[in-house]
Amino acid sequence: MEPIEDELSEEGALELPTEPMRLNMGPSHPAMHGTIRMVLDLDGETVKGVDIQPGYLHRGFEKSCERGTWQQVFPYADRLNYVSPMLNNNGYASAVEKFLGIKVPERCEYYRVILGELARICDHLTCNGAGAMELGAFTPFLWMLKLRDFIWDILEEETGARMTHSFSRIGGMAKPPTENLERNVLDLIPKFEKTIYECERAVLRNRIFLDRVEGVGKLSKDRAMELGVTGVMLRSTGIDYDVRKSCPYSIYDRLDFEVPVGHQGDNYDRFVCRMEEMRQSLKIIRQCIQQMPKDGPVSVTDVRVMLPEKPAVYNTIEGTIAHFKLVMEGIKVPAGEVYSFSEAGNGELGFYLVSDGSGTPYRVRCRPPCWFNLNSAHEMIIGGMIADIIPTFGSVNMIGGECDR
Amino acid sequence: MSKRVIERLKAQFGERILETHDYRGDDTAVIAPGDWLEVATFLKHDGECAMNQFVDLTAVDFPEREPELPRFDVVLHLRSLSSGYQRVRLKARLAENQGIASLIKVWAGADWAERECFDMFGIKFEGHPDLRRVLLYEEFVGHPLRKDYPIDRTQPLIPYRQVDGLTKLPPFGQDEGQPFGRIQWQQRLDGRDNQVSPAIAVQLGQKRALSDSSAHEGEGAKE
Repeated sequence: MEPIEDELSEEGALELPTEPMRLNMGPSHPAMHGTIRMVLDLDGETVKGVDIQPGYLHRGFEKSCERGTWQQVFPYADRLNYVSPMLNNNGYASAVEKFLGIKVPERCEYYRVILGELARICDHLTCNGAGAMELGAFTPFLWMLKLRDFIWDILEEETGARMTHSFSRIGGMAKPPTENLERNVLDLIPKFEKTIYECERAVLRNRIFLDRVEGVGKLSKDRAMELGVTGVMLRSTGIDYDVRKSCPYSIYDRLDFEVPVGHQGDNYDRFVCRMEEMRQSLKIIRQCIQQMPKDGPVSVTDVRVMLPEKPAVYNTIEGTIAHFKLVMEGIKVPAGEVYSFSEAGNGELGFYLVSDGSGTPYRVRCRPPCWFNLNSAHEMIIGGMIADIIPTFGSVNMIGGECDR
Repeated sequence: MSKRVIERLKAQFGERILETHDYRGDDTAVIAPGDWLEVATFLKHDGECAMNQFVDLTAVDFPEREPELPRFDVVLHLRSLSSGYQRVRLKARLAENQGIASLIKVWAGADWAERECFDMFGIKFEGHPDLRRVLLYEEFVGHPLRKDYPIDRTQPLIPYRQVDGLTKLPPFGQDEGQPFGRIQWQQRLDGRDNQVSPAIAVQLGQKRALSDSSAHEGEGAKE
């Protein structure tokens, strides 16, 4: 067929007069997760200004923590980043342990890392799957969520719940690992590798997908640092700051893994970094499975911190008293303040805790990575097209529960 | 955390560093609210400190320590990504209704952190270009993370906001589209009016659109 003569372009593009328009995007827009409202100032389809308004999922996490005991924060912490609740559990538990100055048994550290890395894979799978789906690639989304479900099966077998585990305890874990953990994780590896390989093949050589993500939503190194951006978003700009590597906590200094970094901090880099991080997480899990002690306690035995064993509670007066004191008064955390941070799914999850020496937290400040990542989205969105908001916002991986708390 | 940063701060500011401690390895310096911006700027630009990453800004309320000490602690956490990941915590004590300088010009990340702090504690950050509530809504009464916030009371119901200068554009006027319940069913059952819906009636020429300027006059005349 003959190509159509392109006469329009010779006449010059049709110069239609435009005037600025204010458009409301969200909170009921599906790509805004139902929790973010953006008020856009548009010139044609170009975004000239944006006011991002979070807060639709604010439940008063920090205030709620001030009314219970230190242990009773765990269910709230689950619901911060509900895509990777194990990492929040571990982050909060290690913050209080730092406060108390206790060290958990080695087996517990390995167990926490295994469950935490499984949760991180879930987090990245959800983000990348949903990001691809929002650009029209529905199949990788289904593959990834199927894989996530296999991981949730493992987490369910270990913790008893698929999403909100509340499985960590201050000073250990609720239960030792099940006998099937090793086999389940090893069974997951071929499924994981197949899915990730196929998803990358389906998406990363797809013109439609690449046009929407390459060079879109850029963030520079300096701005990312100033804005307090952490996690994959910071690493995609080329800074190799990963809490697990830079300020090793738990047993991460014994493990061999790499920190993937990007070049220019665009949506493509974030997507690829997440893909690679999942592989690294699996590498960590594989090492932990090998190194984890087969026997031994998963909690400290100090009855001022951990509940005593049930036979002791029912048969001895000391056990009964310890149980009663822990349940009614809570763990007595010395007066002071600590800031403890760990690498969660989206970046540095920090807990700034203040205690007045009683069994109730005086103040629990959660430093949510999403909050600062979303703040930086202003810069990534302004100047781009309105349609680019969808992949950019998707790759920020804003999780409402964590952002709004 | 780093002792080095604290030493550097002491050398630079001397007496103006009111207190320091390193509980559980978190090095902390307490300064007066008046020095807030100056110390922060120094921490960022000094070659040895190089606190180039903004980590967190929050506040803690201690109403019981009044009147010996002012009520609020404003707490800032910083990290250097270029100088060995050293961290520092900066604190300032603030009385009620006392303002503190905004750090938004030093680290852009302070924007939402300060807005949240204002929202939850009512602390005014002077020089913040857009200090309004961020998690809660404008009409919320009080600041919930203060210890004296009445947790057992409910917030008042508020009416819909009236935004000045906001009128609906013509396509969304009253008489367009497929409205619900606009058909005069009694008239239709009596056989006086066979219109299907206002919009179709307009298309069929049975009725003139209300957006026609003459339509209102016409209807008025019929009645």
